[in-house]
Amino acid sequence: MQPLLKVEDLTIAFVEDNTRTYVVDKVNFSVKPGEVLSIVGESGCGKSVTALSILGLLSPNAHVTNGSIIFEGKDLLNMNEKEIDRIRGSEVTMVFQDVMNSLNPVLTIGNQLTETIRIHKGYDRKKAEEYAIEMIKKVGLPDAKAVMKKYPHMLSGGMQQRVMIAMALACEPKLIIADEPTTALDVTIQLQIMKLLVELQKEFHMSIILITHDIGLVAELADRVIIMYAGQFMEEASVYRLFDHPAHPYTRALLESVPCIYDDPNKILASIPGTVPENYQDIEGCRFYGRCSYAVPACKEAQIYSEFQEGHLVRCHRAEKGEIPFV
Amino acid sequence: MYNEEERKPLVIVEGLKKYYPLRGSTIGKNKPVTHAVDGVDFEIFEGETLGIVGESGCGKSTIGRQIVALEKPTSGRVLYQGESISDMSSGRLRKIRTQLQMVFQDSTSSLNPRKQVYDILAAPMLYHGIIEKDKLDEEINRLLDLVGLPKSMKHRYPHEFSGGQRQRIGIAKALSVKPRLIVCDEPVSALDVSVQAQILNLLKQLQNELKLTYVFIAHGLGAVRYVSNRIAIMYLGRIVEIANTQELFDDPIHPYTQALFDASPLPAPKLRGRQRIVLKGEIPSSVNPPKGCRFHTRCPYAIESCRIDDPELIPIKPGSDHKAACPVILAQREA
Repeated sequence: MQPLLKVEDLTIAFVEDNTRTYVVDKVNFSVKPGEVLSIVGESGCGKSVTALSILGLLSPNAHVTNGSIIFEGKDLLNMNEKEIDRIRGSEVTMVFQDVMNSLNPVLTIGNQLTETIRIHKGYDRKKAEEYAIEMIKKVGLPDAKAVMKKYPHMLSGGMQQRVMIAMALACEPKLIIADEPTTALDVTIQLQIMKLLVELQKEFHMSIILITHDIGLVAELADRVIIMYAGQFMEEASVYRLFDHPAHPYTRALLESVPCIYDDPNKILASIPGTVPENYQDIEGCRFYGRCSYAVPACKEAQIYSEFQEGHLVRCHRAEKGEIPFV
Repeated sequence: MYNEEERKPLVIVEGLKKYYPLRGSTIGKNKPVTHAVDGVDFEIFEGETLGIVGESGCGKSTIGRQIVALEKPTSGRVLYQGESISDMSSGRLRKIRTQLQMVFQDSTSSLNPRKQVYDILAAPMLYHGIIEKDKLDEEINRLLDLVGLPKSMKHRYPHEFSGGQRQRIGIAKALSVKPRLIVCDEPVSALDVSVQAQILNLLKQLQNELKLTYVFIAHGLGAVRYVSNRIAIMYLGRIVEIANTQELFDDPIHPYTQALFDASPLPAPKLRGRQRIVLKGEIPSSVNPPKGCRFHTRCPYAIESCRIDDPELIPIKPGSDHKAACPVILAQREA
């Protein structure tokens, strides 16, 4: 199957006073039609920057210095603003974590939704309004007509996130990029929104890139998972494979450090010593070296990201050779 | 160590209510108020960790602030070793404050950005006069060592630390006055997963070494279960269920507890298709909490009487420590 999105050698740097800080280091991935791909990592690992670069939404001091982002055969990085505007918001849309700041506080929900629909679908006001009401119903909000007249602050966080999803879906996009879509929500509401996203994804046959640090959410939603650490991809596999046979020591440590409600009560939670290294762009060898309990001198050499089993990639010479004992 | 047989209460919370007036409300007799905490009773036993779980706005942090006497309750009281701290004179309270400390979620805003770690840790000890100046240096080294920070870092400023390290400083600050009880209000929510585990393990280890009592407030069930001996589940200002941790997870009674457990995502993709309760609707506002059982608007088991009768938190069996506020489920179990 042709991938919907193909990202090659993507490198992103923050530029300040003529110094470049590379935060994303030559990442390669693709998204198939109808697939949920999750990019997982801790804060500052570069996952959000990667996502933002796809839609050209990087902050002015961040630059894509190398690579290509091919969406349906066209390189998004070579497009001018006008061309990218045609794709952004209709073919590819985004759902942000911070809903309060993504909705315009002085416009009603109806205004914002119909504007999006009119611009991207070319409907007239009346048709756009009918369509907007239909979308609001679709995301499970009761009394759609009343919701249209409300301002964002009159809705709860969960309802706002539903409106955001309605807006993202309004143009029937092929790809939704969801950056921590449920982090700000309470658990019971989180579950509602998660179920909604999965149902709509199936109905519209969309692909989703789910950016998150929440291991539980990944296990519930993703088809394929990429683990990111310090600007690099460390591991990539199908969700079942990754949770059953995590290969990279970082992935393992990450999975083991999540307290689960069904754990053995006497289990001692594994924690990863230390913190993410600063200036990780200058590290030649494995960037997890200082925190890894399986490190050997050879880890100080550059690590290759390789497919050691079909569909399972890892950046660790020891994992590749099966030298990391499975616990 | 906490021992269930020989436990004695360190803190008793009686009929605690805390209402906050709404900002910008009209002048008049019936000002609208937020019913943040609306009548809770419970005990905290010496040496235990009591977890308080609930969604945002359920009143869990408000309870925490009343326990350490940062605020005065609207009604009800908090007894510390048999003495009410809710209407205590400020002089007496000042003496007791050292024993009741708090660790906050946001370590950035709870540490003074213009002070070095040394001064941040020294200030509470000097204020309460629990250390002589010439021993200060030694004590600060000891505190840093206790929370796993190198001594060499004591002349740094908070911004020079990572989130996890700042939380360690927050813990050291709470420990500096030798407390008996520490209220940890979402101490790991702002941290990355790998660092969360470090802090949770540190808290457990310190409890063992220093015989501390914790109130652990959080919304992440996994973390609460990991550290707590007992857990109270809150919904809209009330405790709906309280029990020993193991018993609560083995046998949750209240429909809200069940739904909360079901909603908590599991790091196991194989269990995706499991049966779970998905709650409908939103959390009602605590300005006008629903009449009767506060959960009836979202409860899959609600019957007519739930709209009218306000359920009491009662033992699920006579004499049991496991209490729940759902007469419907309890009646079903008896039948």
